[in-house]
Amino acid sequence: MESLSNRKKVVSDKKMTFVESLYLPAIFSGMSKSFKHMFNKPATVRYPEQEREFAPVYRGMHVLKRDEQGRENCTACGLCAVACPAEAITMKAAEREPGEEHLYREEKYAETYEINMLRCIFCGLCEEACPKEAVFLTDRIVPTNFERQPFVYGKDKLVEPVDKRVDITNRQHTGKRGNK
Amino acid sequence: MVKVTIDGIEIEVEEGTTILNAARQVGGDIVPPAMCYYSKLEGSGGKCRTCLVEVAAGSERDPRPMPKLMVSCSTQVQHGMVVKNLTSDRVKEARAGVTEFLLANHPLDCPVCDQAGECHLQDLGFENGKEGTRFEEDKRTFAPRDIGDKIKLHMNRCILCYRCVYTANQLTNKRVHGVLNRGDHAEISTYIEKALDNEFIGNVIDVCPVGALTDKTFRFKSRVWFLKPMNAHRDCPTCQGIATVWMFGNEIQRVTGRKDAYGEIETHNGKTAWLCNTCRFESKDVAQWTIEGPRVINRHSVISQGHYVLKNPLEDKNTVKNLK
Repeated sequence: MESLSNRKKVVSDKKMTFVESLYLPAIFSGMSKSFKHMFNKPATVRYPEQEREFAPVYRGMHVLKRDEQGRENCTACGLCAVACPAEAITMKAAEREPGEEHLYREEKYAETYEINMLRCIFCGLCEEACPKEAVFLTDRIVPTNFERQPFVYGKDKLVEPVDKRVDITNRQHTGKRGNK
Repeated sequence: MVKVTIDGIEIEVEEGTTILNAARQVGGDIVPPAMCYYSKLEGSGGKCRTCLVEVAAGSERDPRPMPKLMVSCSTQVQHGMVVKNLTSDRVKEARAGVTEFLLANHPLDCPVCDQAGECHLQDLGFENGKEGTRFEEDKRTFAPRDIGDKIKLHMNRCILCYRCVYTANQLTNKRVHGVLNRGDHAEISTYIEKALDNEFIGNVIDVCPVGALTDKTFRFKSRVWFLKPMNAHRDCPTCQGIATVWMFGNEIQRVTGRKDAYGEIETHNGKTAWLCNTCRFESKDVAQWTIEGPRVINRHSVISQGHYVLKNPLEDKNTVKNLK
């Protein structure tokens, strides 16, 4: 039957000539191709000494943002957890006590906030669901580990330090909603 | 019996029925939303104006249309009345306006509010509201207050529907809270911070359409969509003990009354199943309740997002209707 893709090759088993049966021309043409690649630029980089440039919308490790005054944005509303298709996010809310106004922006805050990085599929739905511009995915890579437990990231790893802010200005979901 | 047509659906109802209740007898999408009307509370309704409908023909004898939109919760039907709700653009426009007014002073702190997910104002805004806000002025603000030791009042969120005032008036023998001041300054309050200590006062939480009155024993514990509502009952000397318990794992996080499709407490054994404070606030142990089974939740509700499985999906009228 006629091939529909027109890419079918008919295999022939015609007898090789003497030169062909030495295989030397074929070997040398193949070796020369491999040899040429030694002078090409390598496709890999020496991570972690050298890092590739990331797309501004790259979805890597999460960050829990603080506002300009250093207060945590997250109010533990649970929308990221309900949006998460992998059920990677869990949290527990607590009420802000008087005197903690400089720590948390609203009267409710996340007492614990955990993302299981082994469950996470980095789809970015949590970032999209967040009404408070609190959770963002960044261009940082989740480091490897030999154990499972360290992949459950708590607030100690997720919340950005006050003196070492994580830049998210290029993210898609920045500044699109009212930041009340 | 009088005949009335609502959005092209003809129904015979008893004389003296309001348009809203006639629409509820039909059911489905044509029922106007109601923020203040509560069929179990005498005298409620007529305050929020969300249930406005257009009356295209007043009655058979006088078929002239009513010039203004009518409040369906307190307008009685007449024989041959033709009502337009969903089919009227005027109603949609007016309802969007009413929603905008109700939201003018609403803080929109849904991520913090415990009512989020079962809030009638959220539903109303989602269905009838505008996407943006035009309100630029400062919203009126009140500090959150404790009304008694079990109820938290967030006056910011209140839409002044008066449901809680009627509840306190009709369910308890002594009303100690009401609406103080007028207009923009109006607020629900207990005069001189008097604690509410009636055995049935917890029901003001259930009747509140927004998150103004919330359960302090459940405050910030969880979000409703992470909990599994279960029908449960217990022997209670003060009330009927028929409730919905909201479970997280094997732990009861809060207890509410059983609410029907319109957010009203269901009637059981001929009586409205109001819950007493002991059942609501102090019975959080699973051993205290007989759990009947999972509660049927509309699958369009965010509460059913928690991988809540129906016992039999065919029993849910909504599911079957949407499959067709």
